[in-house]
Amino acid sequence: MIFEVFRQEKRGQPFAHAGSIEAPDVAFAETWAREQYGRRGESEALWLVPRSGVHEVRDFPDEFDLKYRRVDGYSLKRRLKEARERAGTPPARAR
Amino acid sequence: MNERARLLLELADDELLVGWRDSEWTGIAPTLEEDVAFSSIAQNEIGHARAAYELAARELGTTADELAFDRAPGEYRSSPLVELRLVDWAHTIARRCLYEQADRARIEALMQSGDEVVAGLARKIDREEAYHRMHAELWAERLRGDPRFEQALAELRPYVDGDRRTRTDDFAALHDEMTSVRRTAPGAEW
Repeated sequence: MIFEVFRQEKRGQPFAHAGSIEAPDVAFAETWAREQYGRRGESEALWLVPRSGVHEVRDFPDEFDLKYRRVDGYSLKRRLKEARERAGTPPARAR
Repeated sequence: MNERARLLLELADDELLVGWRDSEWTGIAPTLEEDVAFSSIAQNEIGHARAAYELAARELGTTADELAFDRAPGEYRSSPLVELRLVDWAHTIARRCLYEQADRARIEALMQSGDEVVAGLARKIDREEAYHRMHAELWAERLRGDPRFEQALAELRPYVDGDRRTRTDDFAALHDEMTSVRRTAPGAEW
């Protein structure tokens, strides 16, 4: 069986796909995942999901180019600037 | 040597040697996943050895490295089980299972020690060993009844309580390899 491994780096953060593990059952998958994804203190928690449980979805047609359904047109920068001015806080420095 | 130092050295020698032997599988274990896990467990065991050598060294007025690498073969107190050079997986995983069982009894006894430093070390070791045991028990369960595994268990079982005062034939080459870096660069700090 192949298990997809999702890793949470810190408490409260979303789980992100980390890789996969081939194991005869979930118990072996857990033992192997612990050593492979947890031994360096890099994980708060892991999710092991049998690949067969993953339903993949693809192909999202947009034949009529309905631009108004996308978010491209919104200027987040401008709206953030306005919100900061209202709140009276300086913009966060670029990292 | 007092009882405390003797117990710490037995523990440290076993952990160093089993870690060394198990790490011989790095890169050639049966599957990639097991390779990573087995190597990681081997590294943990060597970490336990280091911690126990450090405690013993304080007691004996020496250093962990000197205890690990500068003693003559006759001065080691390892179990013959961990000295053996095993070249097939059935024996290797059988040793892992037998070792974890024996080590569990020892660690549990050390956790009850009136010596808080020793008990504290044993508790720390036990938290990692819980996962080593999980790994060993999974393999034991999966291979139970398999003739090669059962035969390996039967062959190795007598070594568990073997004499710690004498070395097996496999020890000399292992000692030579283990100490080679230290002999090449005496006094080097790592």
